[in-house]
Amino acid sequence: MFKKLKITCDEATSICDKSQYGEATVFQKIQLNFHFLVCKICSMYTKQNSEMSKVYKMKAKDCKEKKQCMSSSEKEALKKQLQELEA
Amino acid sequence: MSENQKKHTLDPNTWIDKYADYLFNYAVTRVNNSDIAKDLVQETFFAGLKSAKNFEGKAAERTWLVAILKRKVIDYYRKINSNKGKAEVRMNFHQDGESEGNWLEERVPQTWDNDADKSIESEELKSAIDQCIDHLPEKYAMVFRMKTIQEFETEEICKELNITASNLWVIIHRARTQLRRCMEDNWFNN
Repeated sequence: MFKKLKITCDEATSICDKSQYGEATVFQKIQLNFHFLVCKICSMYTKQNSEMSKVYKMKAKDCKEKKQCMSSSEKEALKKQLQELEA
Repeated sequence: MSENQKKHTLDPNTWIDKYADYLFNYAVTRVNNSDIAKDLVQETFFAGLKSAKNFEGKAAERTWLVAILKRKVIDYYRKINSNKGKAEVRMNFHQDGESEGNWLEERVPQTWDNDADKSIESEELKSAIDQCIDHLPEKYAMVFRMKTIQEFETEEICKELNITASNLWVIIHRARTQLRRCMEDNWFNN
């Protein structure tokens, strides 16, 4: 039972990263919390990871608000190239 | 125009006006570089024109062009994935031996300065993050951005880039540990 729960720091932080997207399984979360009992470093990693997630979320929001387009001169140039190919 | 209403037709003369922005936006959210995105869009139109005679009219024009662009994106991912000799991410854990899976001494996370200003939303913070992401090897940056910044579903990324979910999580894990460290050095404890 305990053997199954025991994971390395590499595995613990992997689960932590996965859970930032809400995609870790219940068992993985149990493994992670079990690991926290013996590892202060990973427990700190997890707190910092949530901070990082907030920053990424803010970037994601920025990104959604920004619609990117090609400039009209670029489109004109592309049109010319396409016409030449067609001819 | 075809007499048959159900059959779609191609009209390359209108492609740029109708689809350039849509395709560009599709490409740039995946490759995150407007020059590369423009190249992919251009290649898509060219390839579309070349294979226009094979168009069977089963799909709408746009869907058909997007399918071509999708293949261009996969090709691009394969290319950056096989960039051998290019930097891999830095390892953070012992890779073998008795300590396998433990933090490498020099990569152990440090506590961050308890400075409230540091976590406040600011342009500097955003550009610090961008710089750290740009320092990742391209493949890691692309998958990380698609998952975290563009917020694509895991399944969709796997399908589009033809990678497995466990492959994706390894990439995300390595990217995030590296980014955390980069932000620790350049932002939080700077």
